[in-house]
Amino acid sequence: MKVRPHRGHPLWYAFMLHRTSGLLLALFLPVHFYVLAMALTGPDALDGFLALTASTPVKLAEWGLVFLLAVHFFGGLRLLALEFLPWSSRQKTFIAAATALAFLVSTTFFLSAA
Amino acid sequence: MSGDATMQVSVWRSGDGKEGFQTFDAPRREHQTVLDVVTWIQQHADPSLAYRFACRVGMCGSCAMMVNGQPRWTCRTHVSRVLKDGRLEIAPLRNLPVIRDLATDMTPFFEKWVAAEAVFAPSESREAPMAPIKPDDPRRVAADAAIECINCAVCYAACDVVASNPEYLGPAALNRAWTLANDARDGGQKARLDAISKAGGCHNCHSMGNCMTFCPNELNPTASIAGLKRATVKAALGWGKG
Ligand code: SF4
Ligand code: SF4
Ligand code: FES
Repeated sequence: MKVRPHRGHPLWYAFMLHRTSGLLLALFLPVHFYVLAMALTGPDALDGFLALTASTPVKLAEWGLVFLLAVHFFGGLRLLALEFLPWSSRQKTFIAAATALAFLVSTTFFLSAA
Repeated sequence: MSGDATMQVSVWRSGDGKEGFQTFDAPRREHQTVLDVVTWIQQHADPSLAYRFACRVGMCGSCAMMVNGQPRWTCRTHVSRVLKDGRLEIAPLRNLPVIRDLATDMTPFFEKWVAAEAVFAPSESREAPMAPIKPDDPRRVAADAAIECINCAVCYAACDVVASNPEYLGPAALNRAWTLANDARDGGQKARLDAISKAGGCHNCHSMGNCMTFCPNELNPTASIAGLKRATVKAALGWGKG
């Protein structure tokens, strides 16, 4: 995707990351609930499905999921700070910090699950 | 720079039922601004080219155009800063109706200033003594940071929310509303707060910062709009400044 010339600055990328992670999480939720509901409707099917979580591709996908969750969470805190605290000129630092924290959290999760 | 260097300039043409980019070879000169290039084309290549400017020194706010896809005040934008692979693409300002060629109709832009109640509402008559306002008063400081707007609509053209929601008041009108929200002499605070918190108001802003990135006067409408959002929340919680 080519980023149009009037975009492509840190605040816009942060906006895009927040949007995209929010959308992907929204898409994930129905699947999440569906699998949870299996506990009631088909416990055997659920066990079979949970066995999949030991495989590497699923672990990677989980890392992605935790990353999305973390980046949306920290990005949301960043937005709240931007809008509710007096303006700070360190917006780029906050964006970098939110993204770094998201990587830290998701990678720690990945390593401890591995 | 040698006297006969040229560059390719694609200029948006519209009107008379046709529209599209037309390419010109224009001389490349030292310290040349984008407005100089447009003027050269109008004077030496095609006198029918329509565009708008007045002051040529970054005061009037009438010369803004899209230059290589980015909104710029053309009279203060040096070609050397924006030339890409020896080419320039010049188009009318985004998010506004085009009258002809490079001239946009700025009516919707200014109508939104009125819709945002971005107009001073005096609380005293002209006979009243001058209101004392200290330069270091926090509200004065907040207004100061946002006041040097030249109404150029560069921020309005940069904003993706304006592009997707024609009702959105946009960064310039809201920035102006913020300066007045910080004016101790203003008597129209309630009406203004209502106007800027309606559909199309400050809560539509996604804080993406395109406006603050491109404002030629380095104003920060993103911060001003955040201030308005806080003001609406304070008012909703009953913490108004009266
Ligand atoms: S910060 Fe708000 S007003 Fe400025 S470009 Fe982004 S959405 Fe538009
Ligand atoms: S806020 Fe800046 S970009 Fe927007 S109209 Fe005013 S001077 Fe132009
Ligand atoms: S001509 Fe007046 S600001 Fe450019």
